[in-house]
Amino acid sequence: MQFNRQGLLITLGVWLAVSVILALFIGRYPTPSILTLDRLLSDDLAQRLVWNLRLPRVFSALMLGMSLSAAGTVLQMLFGNPLIEPGFLGVSQGAAFGAAFSIIFLGNAAWLVQLNAALFAFVGLGFSYFLARRVRFGGWVLRLVLAGIAVSALFSSGVGILKYMADPLRQLQEITFWLLGGLWSSTWAQTLSILPVVLVGLTIAFLMRWRLNLLSLTDEAAFSLGASPNRERILLLFAVVSATAAVISAAGVVGWVGLIIPHIARRIFGADARYSLPAAMLIGGWFVLACDTLARTLMAGEIPLGILTSLIGAGLFMIMMLSRGFRLER
Amino acid sequence: MNETSASLSKYSSSPAESVLSLYDLSFCYQANQPAVMEHFHLNIPRGSITAILGPNGAGKTTLLLLGLGWLRPQQGQVLREGKPLRRFSRREMGQWCALVPQSEHIPFEYSVLEYVLLGRSPYLNPLEMPTEQDCQIALQALAQMGLSQLADRSILSLSGGERQLVLVARALAQQPRLLFLDEPAAHLDLANKERLVQLLRALNQSGITIILTTHEPEVASSLATHLVLVQRGKVLHAGSFQEIFTAENLSELYGLAVEVVEHKGRRLVLWA
Repeated sequence: MQFNRQGLLITLGVWLAVSVILALFIGRYPTPSILTLDRLLSDDLAQRLVWNLRLPRVFSALMLGMSLSAAGTVLQMLFGNPLIEPGFLGVSQGAAFGAAFSIIFLGNAAWLVQLNAALFAFVGLGFSYFLARRVRFGGWVLRLVLAGIAVSALFSSGVGILKYMADPLRQLQEITFWLLGGLWSSTWAQTLSILPVVLVGLTIAFLMRWRLNLLSLTDEAAFSLGASPNRERILLLFAVVSATAAVISAAGVVGWVGLIIPHIARRIFGADARYSLPAAMLIGGWFVLACDTLARTLMAGEIPLGILTSLIGAGLFMIMMLSRGFRLER
Repeated sequence: MNETSASLSKYSSSPAESVLSLYDLSFCYQANQPAVMEHFHLNIPRGSITAILGPNGAGKTTLLLLGLGWLRPQQGQVLREGKPLRRFSRREMGQWCALVPQSEHIPFEYSVLEYVLLGRSPYLNPLEMPTEQDCQIALQALAQMGLSQLADRSILSLSGGERQLVLVARALAQQPRLLFLDEPAAHLDLANKERLVQLLRALNQSGITIILTTHEPEVASSLATHLVLVQRGKVLHAGSFQEIFTAENLSELYGLAVEVVEHKGRRLVLWA
């Protein structure tokens, strides 16, 4: 069993690497096509296209997919609840509010929108966290879940107000497009600016992958097995939510990846996070890369990435629900 | 209060000789709620099988969680071999004592082996992966419980009784010196109860001190060397099993007239 799972992980990794290379050659130039090596070597414009546009975008897609899937796996395990997704705890709605706020009041330069999105993602997280600490009843998990729901609702009503205030001809369109998520604005500067946070967050989660199994148990059980459950959970929580906030700030709200990929990974690799966490990262990275390649290739105008991931993700979820052997506890 | 001190003096001697001692403990879950435990004294002798017997809601589970260090008393101290619990690191505690909870919510479909392997956590730092040797110890613990054939099954597909035995196996994988069991026999049928009792006796022979809670006098009488009767957060009586397991004491404990009869050297409770 263990050998099989390791082998399968390596296969996935190789497949992902091949996909990355393929994705660099696929795209509109100027019509949907696959670049040939000859053309790439001889055509200066094609080289710049691949190096300056496609490569950073491919890396962003990988980071986006890996972060959302890893964060989904980690949060579902930390909260012992398979229905949680990484935008939870006010992160997604906070980022959305920050972006909309920036577009209306501060300006629509990409870096400014992103900075505000990241800022408000952390405001959402911090607000949820401190609210949860002040709640006087229930266990830690329940309090965080409740605080996350309340803070998300607060920010999403804020987004509603901002949309209502927005200029319908310019700003509203831009807000809507940002809320649907996408990587069309990827540049090297942007990709490199989110890289450190993503790298640190994912490394912490990866190194603690066996520990995650322990932390998915009840507080008393984890404690009796020699852990300090609350301290370790908060470390992991901040690691993956920071990575999520970073990628959301760059890509907008890309739905369903963080919810559905962890389920697929657990379905194939079993619940043990030693395998299901790296599997989720590889599958999630591939899934977003594939969706983003479609998003920029299929139509002359860009399809918002969030629409594709939601469409495919929700479809997969329905298939999984209807298939034999699928079950959720709780 | 006087009565408690009197029975304490008969029961074991000093905290230094005890594996675990609770000294003048008072505990309540929330500041404005009534105390669950008040001025509670208890010494657990090394090498004993101590049964904590009491009616539902007497504070038995609270007592275990205090002994484990998960709950912190508002007043008084819990001593591990004479030293306060807080002097020990989390890992030192996990290597020293293990808990078998009454039941446990399991959110994901771990295999039985993966689940028992978690018992090795106190021996590994948070970044370490379990080694082949840890795996062997987990398999051994499963074999000890007679569960080897379930190793690759999903834990959620097991019956309540089987899950209970898996929890014991996980505690064994911790290789503890002290084992807490919370109502270990509650979900077990007669054959599994017998298996558990035999196993706990064997563990005790190998030097592990055992503390278990139960609301059934039969479970206590089947293996306990020492007995603590708990009622509304106070020690009613404590001492050796022979001394304490009497009709008079048990009638007082349950507020119900019971008889104790001896059958082939074993004491049984008759009621109604």
